[in-house]
Amino acid sequence: MDDIAEGVIQAINLIITLNPDVMQIAALSLYISLSATIIAALIAIPVGSLIHFHEFRGKRALIILIQTLYSVPTVVVGLVIYLLISRSGPLGFFGLLWSPAGMILGQTVLIVPIMMGLIISALSGIDRGISDTLVALGATTSQKVLEIVKEARYAILSAVVLGFGRAIAEVGVAMMIGGNIRDQTRVLTTAITLETGMGNFGISIALGIILLAVALIVVVILNLITSGFSDDSRHIAGGPRG
Amino acid sequence: MKKTVYVGFTAMIVAVLFVTTLFAGCTSTSPSTTPADSTAAATPAATAADEKTLVIATTTSLYDTGLLNYLQPIFEKKYDVKLKITSQGTGKAIELAKRGDADVLLVHSPSQELAFMKDGSGLNRRSFASNSFLIVGPAADPAGIRDMTPELAMTTLLLKGTNKTAGIAFVSRGDNSGTHSAEKTVWSKAGYNYTTQVQKSGDWYVEAGKGMGETLQMASEKGAYVLTDEGTYLAYKKDLNLVPLVSKGASLLNIYSVMAVYNDKQPADKIQMANNFINFLLDPTTQADIASFGVDKYGKALFTPMSVEVPTATEGWVGDYSTPATEIAPAATVAPAAAATTA
Repeated sequence: MDDIAEGVIQAINLIITLNPDVMQIAALSLYISLSATIIAALIAIPVGSLIHFHEFRGKRALIILIQTLYSVPTVVVGLVIYLLISRSGPLGFFGLLWSPAGMILGQTVLIVPIMMGLIISALSGIDRGISDTLVALGATTSQKVLEIVKEARYAILSAVVLGFGRAIAEVGVAMMIGGNIRDQTRVLTTAITLETGMGNFGISIALGIILLAVALIVVVILNLITSGFSDDSRHIAGGPRG
Repeated sequence: MKKTVYVGFTAMIVAVLFVTTLFAGCTSTSPSTTPADSTAAATPAATAADEKTLVIATTTSLYDTGLLNYLQPIFEKKYDVKLKITSQGTGKAIELAKRGDADVLLVHSPSQELAFMKDGSGLNRRSFASNSFLIVGPAADPAGIRDMTPELAMTTLLLKGTNKTAGIAFVSRGDNSGTHSAEKTVWSKAGYNYTTQVQKSGDWYVEAGKGMGETLQMASEKGAYVLTDEGTYLAYKKDLNLVPLVSKGASLLNIYSVMAVYNDKQPADKIQMANNFINFLLDPTTQADIASFGVDKYGKALFTPMSVEVPTATEGWVGDYSTPATEIAPAATVAPAAAATTA
């Protein structure tokens, strides 16, 4: 219990004093996980839409595969990416190992399936209701797609936020590819692992609280941006509803 | 209405990129400033910086003592190079080095190091310090092993444990770490076959499969005995109900060694820099720093450098500690084997 109380006090202390080491670690965590989230979203939103709006053989199987990949352990993703970008691996010449860029790559691979799967679900949830209406009102295919994506924005946001959450909270990829190198690839989760290993439980708890604070800021910003779209909501399906 | 969506999306992306760049700007060491194509952008930077970095793979128990953090700036300043120190489990650290993903290997598991050297993955193995593993347990010491030899202590634990004597348990790392190797050495010196006579010999023998700190905590919760390195024990001491019971004996010797990674792709200048690091550890000034390291934090030194005392151990376990590291390629007889393993 003392350690938890001490952790809370230390977290407040580290935040108020803007401890440079901790701020750098937090900033690197945010930079890596947010970059991975953006790249993953730029892949998952269009590809997910493509899968949803097209009928093809094996679609069901593909969706099941994507959903299965939700469960992939972070260490396994880290290990596979490591073997690819190792100096003796096929992509070794890029020099991505032990670099933030390699960590972004790993986290992107980790979160694309979960984002894509949830985006497909989000679109399916909306589609049934308004697709026919849109077509009846004479919307072109691209107008229809755009409206459905727009209508599903909160569910898509959830997918993106969940992806970000998985990225910033994971240890496997960060440790395996980044290597927890001080000042270079040390992020909040690997720092927590390290401090726990050194018996500094208070600092570990404090870093955990800081991680949640960073996540809070990101989630609030993403929510504000998404609700920025809601001015348009009354235009959906060509006019106000109800 | 189509337009507003595009504007919204663009705004969102721009805003997110802005925030990212802002934070990336704060990280002084971050090589890339354009997050959107950071994967591409960071690549040349990383490669360019590669010439002036040296990757050191080491084990968590050594890194967690803070010794390397203490030595790092001294070496970096002296040789104008950036050290990248990654601490992983012993097995993983060795595997990384074998694949050429590290330039220096710094571990404490002589038998694994000798195997690593034998297959041509390393050069210039030098031992630079030692200390002692400890057998710790509950202060009441229900098995009565206090001040026994390590072999006798472990034998006693095994006999009482398999007898199902109440309150006797031993928690092993069970993860092939340097500390786990040391434990296995004690078992073999006590005359037991580890896999057939110790593992699965009963509920008293618990394989944690975790790091040293977590293993210590588990042992403390269970009131069990455990073999630990001194650094981690001292760091965790305040949270543990465990006291040192056995600390003397040749088989508890913990030898720290360093070696340069070799493979046919490894550039000579990297090996040269690795040799600089090895020689830095053997340097009298560094050896003196190692001798006093830990006194301020733990009230006692964590390591005994070779310059203070050279321990007696199994033949070959203590590596060379006096000759400077100079080789940049293996001796001719070793070369074909090395080529075969890296090909």
